[in-house]
Amino acid sequence: MSPLSPLRRIDRLGTLLGLAGVAALAVLPFVVFKENRIASGSARSLAEALPGGLGVGLAAVIVLVALAAALVRRPGARLVAALVGLVTVALAVGRAADALTPAGNRLVRISPGVGAWVLLLVCALVATDALARLRPGPAARVACLALTAAAAYAAFALGTFDHLSIMREYAVNASGFPREARQHVLLALGSVAAAAIVGLPVGIACHRAPRVRGPVLQTLNLVQTIPSIALFGILMVPLGALATAVPLAAELGINGIGPAPAAIALFLYALLPLVANTTVGLARVSPAAVDAARGMGLTDWQVLTQIELVLALPVIITGIRIVLVQNIGLVTVAALIGGGGLGTYVFQGVGQTAIDLVLLGAIPTVVLAFSSAVVLDALVDVIGRNPQ
Amino acid sequence: MIEIDSLTKQYGAATVVDAVSMSIASGSITVVVGTSGSGKSTLLRMINRLVEPTSGRVVIDGRDTATAPGHQLRRHIGYAIQGHGLFPHRTVAENIATVPRLLGWEAARVRARVEELLRIFQLEPGEYAAKFPHQLSGGQQQRVGVARALAAEPGVLLMDEPFGALDPIIRGQAQDDLRDIQRRFGTTVVLVTHDMDEAFRLGDRVAVMTRGRLLQYDRPAMLLKHPADPFVSRLTGTSDRSLKLLSLTTAAQAAEPGAADGPVVAAEASLRDVLSELVWSGAADAKVRRADGTLAGRVTLAGILALGRAD
Repeated sequence: MSPLSPLRRIDRLGTLLGLAGVAALAVLPFVVFKENRIASGSARSLAEALPGGLGVGLAAVIVLVALAAALVRRPGARLVAALVGLVTVALAVGRAADALTPAGNRLVRISPGVGAWVLLLVCALVATDALARLRPGPAARVACLALTAAAAYAAFALGTFDHLSIMREYAVNASGFPREARQHVLLALGSVAAAAIVGLPVGIACHRAPRVRGPVLQTLNLVQTIPSIALFGILMVPLGALATAVPLAAELGINGIGPAPAAIALFLYALLPLVANTTVGLARVSPAAVDAARGMGLTDWQVLTQIELVLALPVIITGIRIVLVQNIGLVTVAALIGGGGLGTYVFQGVGQTAIDLVLLGAIPTVVLAFSSAVVLDALVDVIGRNPQ
Repeated sequence: MIEIDSLTKQYGAATVVDAVSMSIASGSITVVVGTSGSGKSTLLRMINRLVEPTSGRVVIDGRDTATAPGHQLRRHIGYAIQGHGLFPHRTVAENIATVPRLLGWEAARVRARVEELLRIFQLEPGEYAAKFPHQLSGGQQQRVGVARALAAEPGVLLMDEPFGALDPIIRGQAQDDLRDIQRRFGTTVVLVTHDMDEAFRLGDRVAVMTRGRLLQYDRPAMLLKHPADPFVSRLTGTSDRSLKLLSLTTAAQAAEPGAADGPVVAAEASLRDVLSELVWSGAADAKVRRADGTLAGRVTLAGILALGRAD
């Protein structure tokens, strides 16, 4: 019996994705052309957007990627094919924007069409599938991330996408963007750092005193169930009152609206996963190891820092990963109460029905969350490699 | 010498250890035996003050243990427990080096001591020093646990059910090894177990505890011959007590001058094994031969039978 009949040689997921890609290329609009940022757009097919050799070249690449996805089994080769497809589609979209923009016109808006998005998604899925099969180690995953970041940076530095609508929005907001991005990162990292400083001792206390554990975890659980906007609202009242009563607080930037309630709310959201993971991590530590450590004359502090916390660290870092990714997303909402961050663009864009402005806030947020997840997952892997 | 003086531990209204007094000779193995909840582990843990006594005191070699901070005291007392309690994130060598490092030994001295102990416990340093505990078998883990407890050359070694997690064959080997090592270093060993056979096999003296009280503290043979309490005879078992008694004496110890017609037995064989041999061969006596081949005399069936009952 042959282990691989011709039909079974075909990768089903790859075939499906490949067909979807080819269909998207043939039928769906490749880019959308708008006279200005709020005009309704008109679709342009690949042939219209990239007439001549470029369009044919892209089509050829996509067909090759689809064939590779369907027929090639080696994950490494599939990954290379998918990455080639990803880069080619991205470059083609940038090139189409260049070609469709009349010289010197700053009003037209050209954005990727449904077809381009589907192509990017298909290539990304094939790449993800290949990566999952390759099982790269922590260092390789971080290296992949760094390479991707470098490639993206190079593309922006070279102006590859300058004529795309989202980069048009960036150009308009270029002066404020670094400030909002920094504010976003500061709010997310700061709230997680503060929560770690508070959550770790609270988690240790919960582990040591089972009587404390129930009430503390239930309270934090309750906080976690309050919707973010409601929590921001709840915090406005006491902080506003504080600012009125204590002028110094207002001078320090503590106010009913602004970054202060945002930072406090984010801190509160981060507490539960950190406290819970610290408690669970410590509970997983072998009681025999702790008893032996004490029995050999380690002090309580030495038992905590050399044995318990070291063994609980992978679980604690997992908690930090959860809250960091969670808070990077939640900071977006903080813009509603004047907290700043990339959410500012999202809400401005919603207000102006300018979807490109929304994306200017949303895409960097997603990239930030994804990158921190990759880095912290790698960290958990490295630390957790110590046998438990 | 460990002097335990009316040591008591109460948790609220419950008295877990009730005014236990005993004196443990240096260089001996004392086994504390009892059912679960008898207070034997608590008694052991009060010796190194993992549990602080409610009242009473422990004096080791003339020094009251209450005078130094608990962690300082424990660095000079070996401690080995059931399930070994090795640190999973540290290598075998690092585990063994724990107490010497706490005591601030120089690195070279620590390394030499770790290698010495690994050799004594039949673990080739080149092969095992850098391994992590999960890479070892259960018996090897247990050996590393005992080696770690002995690392800083403590005069006293406390062991809480150290062989409880081992299968019977490895357990027997571990018990023999402990005997050898205890003789080699002259360590005073206090071992807690619920296994009466282990108590008889290892103990120079055996302490029987129930419900926090010390019922009897004596040589194993005395526990069999003169149990102080019905609970002691229940624990030691009455149906085969004569055979247990015989297993505590070697042929060399029971040998008397004279010739014998029966089979040859080894001097270190227990009388229980000699009796079995006599029953099997149908002989009435046996020659006792030392390891160097010389004869130590004879043992007779009647002589063995006389030793298998209370005087």
